[in-house]
Amino acid sequence: MSVPTGPRIITSRFDVVDGYTYDGYVRTGGYTALRRALTQMTPQQVHDEVKTSEMQGRGGAGFPTGTKWGFLPPDVFPRYVVINGDESEPGTFKDRLLMELDPHQLIEGVVMTCYAVNAAQAFLYVRGEMALAQERIAQALNDAYANNLVGRNILGTDFSTDITLTWGAGAYIVGEETALIESLEGERGMPRLKPPYFPAAKGLYMQPTIVNNVESLSNVPWMINQGGQAFADIGVPTSTGMRMFAVSGHINRPGVFEVPQGVTTFRMLFEAPEYGDGIRDGRSLKAFIPGGASAPWFFEEHLDLPLDKPTVDKAGSMLGSGAIVVMDDRTDMVAACWRVVRFFAHESCGKCTPCREGTTWLERILKRMLDGGGRPEDITTLMDVSESISPGIAWPPRQTTICPLGPSAVSPIASAVRRFPEEFAHYIEHGRPMDGLRRHPIHGTTADVI
Amino acid sequence: MARLSDANVAVAREIAGRYPRQKSALIPILHLAQEQDGYISRDAMVHIAELLDLTPADVYGTASFYEMFVFEPIGRYCINICTNISCQLMGAWELLEHAEHRLGTRPGTTTDDGMFTLEDVECIAACTEAPALQVNYRYRNQVTNDDFDQLVDDLAAGRLADEVPPFGTLARIRQRTTDRWAGTGAAAQAKVDAR
Repeated sequence: MSVPTGPRIITSRFDVVDGYTYDGYVRTGGYTALRRALTQMTPQQVHDEVKTSEMQGRGGAGFPTGTKWGFLPPDVFPRYVVINGDESEPGTFKDRLLMELDPHQLIEGVVMTCYAVNAAQAFLYVRGEMALAQERIAQALNDAYANNLVGRNILGTDFSTDITLTWGAGAYIVGEETALIESLEGERGMPRLKPPYFPAAKGLYMQPTIVNNVESLSNVPWMINQGGQAFADIGVPTSTGMRMFAVSGHINRPGVFEVPQGVTTFRMLFEAPEYGDGIRDGRSLKAFIPGGASAPWFFEEHLDLPLDKPTVDKAGSMLGSGAIVVMDDRTDMVAACWRVVRFFAHESCGKCTPCREGTTWLERILKRMLDGGGRPEDITTLMDVSESISPGIAWPPRQTTICPLGPSAVSPIASAVRRFPEEFAHYIEHGRPMDGLRRHPIHGTTADVI
Repeated sequence: MARLSDANVAVAREIAGRYPRQKSALIPILHLAQEQDGYISRDAMVHIAELLDLTPADVYGTASFYEMFVFEPIGRYCINICTNISCQLMGAWELLEHAEHRLGTRPGTTTDDGMFTLEDVECIAACTEAPALQVNYRYRNQVTNDDFDQLVDDLAAGRLADEVPPFGTLARIRQRTTDRWAGTGAAAQAKVDAR
C-alpha cells in the first residue's frame, strides 16, 4: 500500500539527538522565522500567513486558528495568549512529544503569535504530570531569554513580550479553555458559562485572550518560513497541512505519525508498513476510536474515510485530538465502554448536575454489569441517563451542561450499545463476556478512584 | 509540618512575579510546598495564603480540586499505573494485579515501610507505550511484570536516585526571571486594575 507523503513540518527534529536544546534548534534552522517576522513583517502580515494556511486548531474542536485570532476586539489591551499544553484526552500524546522534543519550536511559534495579535504576555500551561516536558520548556525558555528571543526588546526590535511557564496539578477538565483560564487565575478548574463571554472577548483576567493548542502554534514557524499558502497546498482544502495522529491499541506498530490530512485514510494508518502495519497477532478490526475518548466509535465500514474534518464529522464522529485507538475482534466492548466512561466520571468537575451525577451513574451501572450484577433494565437506564446529559444522543451532541465533558461520556455508550447489543445482553444474562472475548482482571472499584 | 523555608519563599516570590495577578501563582507555589515536604501541610497553606494575600480557605479550595496534591505524607515513590483504554487493551489490569501482589498493597494505599504508594490512574499520555506507568511522574513504557519487579528493586536499593527524585519534586529545572524580563503584562494589567 503506497501512502501520500508530505514535509515533516513539526516533527522534523524528533530524530535529532539534541533537537530540544538551544544549539540543536538553531543549528537546524530554528529562530529564522522569528527574525524574519519581527524585522521584515508587520503583525498583520504574520496573521495573514496563518489565515492563508487555513489550519484548523489541533486541540480537538478544529476551529481555524487564523480566524480565532481575528476575534480579538480592536483597541482592548492588554491581550494575552494562553497555550494549552494540558493534554489529557485518552489516546493523545502529541503535545507532550512536541514539548519534550522540540520546545524551542513551540516558543518561537508563541512569540510570533504574541507579535501577530499584540499580546502583552503568554502563558504556557503544561499538564502537571509531564515532568520532562516542564523541564525541557523551562530550560528552553531560560535559553531563549538569554539569547534575546523573548522578553524585553526581542532581537533588538521594539517588540517585547514575556512567556510564563505554568503547570497544572492533575485535572482533565482544565483542557477546556475557560477551565484552563480559571486554573491560570489560581481557581478550581471549572468551565465558565459561555456565552456571554468567549475568551477572545473576555478571557484571562477578563481581558481579550487567545487560547491555542501546542501543536497548532508549533506549526507557525514553518508557515512563516515557507508561507501559509505552502501549508494550505498540503492535504485538501477542507483539512490543510500535515497533522500528528497517535495510533495505539491492538496495532503492530503503535506510534505518532505526521501525515497529510485529507489524502490519508484510516486504513492507511492501520495497514501501511510505515504506519500501523496491521492489527496485532493477525486479528481483525472490531472498532476504533477516531479522535480521542470523547469521539463516537468507528467500525470497519469507516476504514476508507479520509482524515478530513467535514468528512469525519458527517460520518458521525470527529478527528478531535488526533488520537486513534484500535480494538481487535477479541475486545470486550462492555469493558472498553466502561473504561472510557469511568474516565469521564472521574474527571467531571462537578459543576453541572447532569454530568456530575449522570456520568457516575453510568459508570456504576456498567461496573455492576461487569461484576455480574447486570439487570434487564440496565440498557434502558443507560440510554435514559445518556439522554439527560445529551438530549437526542446524536452527533454533533447537544448538551444540558456547560462544557462538552458530559456528552463525551455518552459517545462510548451510544457506540457500544447500538453496535454490540448482544454483548451487553450476554453480560446481563450470564455475568460474563461472550465466548472468545478477552477478559480483563478488572478489580478496581469505583470507590477506589472517584 | 512546615511553613515554606526562606529559600522557598524567595522562589515563591519570583514565581508570583511572573504573573499579572498574584493568585495565578497559587498552583505553582502549591507544587513548591509539596516539593519541600512531600505533601501540602496546613502550615504551608496558611503561609501561602499570607504570601499571596488570600485566606487559607482560598488556598485549600483550589488545592483540593487537583488530583496531584496530597494533604498527608504518602510513599517516597508513587507508582501510577495507567488503566485507561489503550493500556487496558494492552494488559494494564494484569500489570496492576501483579503490582498489588508484589507490593502487598492496593491502589490508593502505601506500603508499611513508607516506600511505595500504588495508584490506578487515568491516561498518562503514553498510549503507544501501553501498558505504561509513571513513578513520581517519570515514565516507564511497555512494562512487563519483570520490568515492574526490577523497577521496585532498583528504587528500593536507591539505584534510580538520580533519575527519580522523591515524591513531590516535579520539574528539577525552573524558569528564572532575569533582567531581560519585559514585565509588559503586569504593567498593562495594573493600569486596567487601577481603574
